[in-house]
Amino acid sequence: MTIFGVPTQALFGQLLIGLINGAFYALLSLGLSVIFGLLNIINFTHGAQYMMGAFGAYFVLQWAGLGYWWALLIAPVAVGVTGIVLERTTLKRLYQLDHLYGLLLTFGFALIIQGLFRHQYGSSGLPYPMPRELAGGQNLGFMFLPNYRAWVIAFSLAVCLTTWYVIERTRLGAYLRAATENPALVQAFGINVPRMITLTYGFGVGLAGLAGVLAAPIYQVNPLMGADLIIVVFAVVVIGGLGSIMGSIVTGFGLGVVEGFTKVFYPEASNTVIFVIMALVLLVRPTGLFGRSS
Amino acid sequence: MTTATGEYVETALPSVAGASTSRVVAFGVMTAALVIAPFFVYPVFLMKALCFALFACAFNLLIGYVGLLSFGHAVFLGSAGYGAAHSAKVWGFTPELAIVFGTAVATVLGVVIGALAIRSKGIYFANITLAFAQMVYFFSLQAAFTGGEDGIQSVPRGTMLGVLNLRDTLTLYFVVLGIFLGGFLLIYRAIHSPFGQVLKAIRENEPRAISLGYRAEQYKLLAFVLSAAFAGLAGATKALVFQLASLTDVHWTMSGEVVLMTLLGGLGTVFGPVVGAFVVIALENYLAQLGAWVTIVQGVIFVVCVLTFRRGIVGELGHVLRKSL
Repeated sequence: MTIFGVPTQALFGQLLIGLINGAFYALLSLGLSVIFGLLNIINFTHGAQYMMGAFGAYFVLQWAGLGYWWALLIAPVAVGVTGIVLERTTLKRLYQLDHLYGLLLTFGFALIIQGLFRHQYGSSGLPYPMPRELAGGQNLGFMFLPNYRAWVIAFSLAVCLTTWYVIERTRLGAYLRAATENPALVQAFGINVPRMITLTYGFGVGLAGLAGVLAAPIYQVNPLMGADLIIVVFAVVVIGGLGSIMGSIVTGFGLGVVEGFTKVFYPEASNTVIFVIMALVLLVRPTGLFGRSS
Repeated sequence: MTTATGEYVETALPSVAGASTSRVVAFGVMTAALVIAPFFVYPVFLMKALCFALFACAFNLLIGYVGLLSFGHAVFLGSAGYGAAHSAKVWGFTPELAIVFGTAVATVLGVVIGALAIRSKGIYFANITLAFAQMVYFFSLQAAFTGGEDGIQSVPRGTMLGVLNLRDTLTLYFVVLGIFLGGFLLIYRAIHSPFGQVLKAIRENEPRAISLGYRAEQYKLLAFVLSAAFAGLAGATKALVFQLASLTDVHWTMSGEVVLMTLLGGLGTVFGPVVGAFVVIALENYLAQLGAWVTIVQGVIFVVCVLTFRRGIVGELGHVLRKSL
């Protein structure tokens, strides 16, 4: 069977890969958006923190002998804690300055972290085993669906939607959105805004760590795994509209799928398609698809 | 606008006029040092540093005087390198024509990317330039004429203007020095012209500049294109010096490096980018054997500069001497 002259097998295969990539784009751009919303900082360390999540899973297995499910809990929290330390010790000194300094500082940290891991573990990558419960796959008739990949897509979607719900529909989220609009006024109501900022950064970074753990069994654990990925995610965030929660989720998954289909129909453009879309979106809507015009 | 307005602006701002003596002295010292340097230091190292110094000066034109942080400036360095290398090697262009052609390629790209990016500010601008740079990187990786991972190798240096044999290292050095000084002075001229004053006005308060009747977007675009052109001049020259145009020069890490040089030397200072480029290139030279440590040291410099040393080397020096350098 073929669609547009392409075997369905290949088409659905790429759709699956697209959804997997989209799951990572969505998780990472969601973290970036949450951080940007409150801190007004583009967190350049995000790719390195994603990598740290994958290494966290590796360490939890090597040092403590704990498997994937423990790693899924421990590694994101650990990465989040390093983020909180980073925010408390350095980032918070920059809030009064031009936001570009935040970008430069986090870029510096990305270089340091990636350099240290590369120095210690080389750049060839370390294997991480697939959790036993999720080995194998389902034959859906038109394609073979590996269980683990289905899990990644479902789990990441669940995390994204929960985050959206918490921020847009709960009291805590209301505080958060209010602090984004006017931190001084929210503080005057007796809410500890600096602590909220710290925890938000920790949470956003934790999401990156979570994405790293999810990625570990699919890709190898590699010090540079986040270095180039983060630039694509930046483009995703620009397309979705910086700071928009739903925008990051929808564009994350959507662009993953678009990229997957581009691999089928015009493979030469698969690396650049997201950037081309970005240029087109900027021409029509400079604030991104879901961004509010300032 | 006429030169008369320019003189008016210079005299109206005594700090600018007063500082020019110290700048003339500094320029004299720099030129003298660069003229005698090749007799003491390995000339190829100096030429590399000079190319990056020009690149950083071009970058500084944008961040230091318009306040726009481009995180994709490697595009202009790299594309001009490809343009110069391809035209010299395949089409048999003479070196001066190859450099002009390379610079033109970067300028055209500057117009296209600038027109799209200039509508945004701050972090958005940084992000957008970065994404465009990545687009050009992937294009360079796949296009046939760039040689992909291999790059364009053994580019002929040839004879400049029919008399200067660039195969001779010392001759090449003085040609590169001439290009650097020419570019440096032109950028200086642009910054200290009425045009440059308008740029600063836009940086400080864009709505006010617009209300005074300046078309801010056109000024910013022109500054972006100028910056791209000078970055291209640096890239085209670099391709002839190393006889190589490669993916390294279009990769985003190169964009990060030029930010580092300018930040370390001093954002918005005249001589800062030059000092920053020499320090960073020297560091890379000494640390090259240590592999990943180069990245770590660069990262540490970034963090230290941002947290405690925001004026940079030259900015700090100028602050101590109470002179604008």
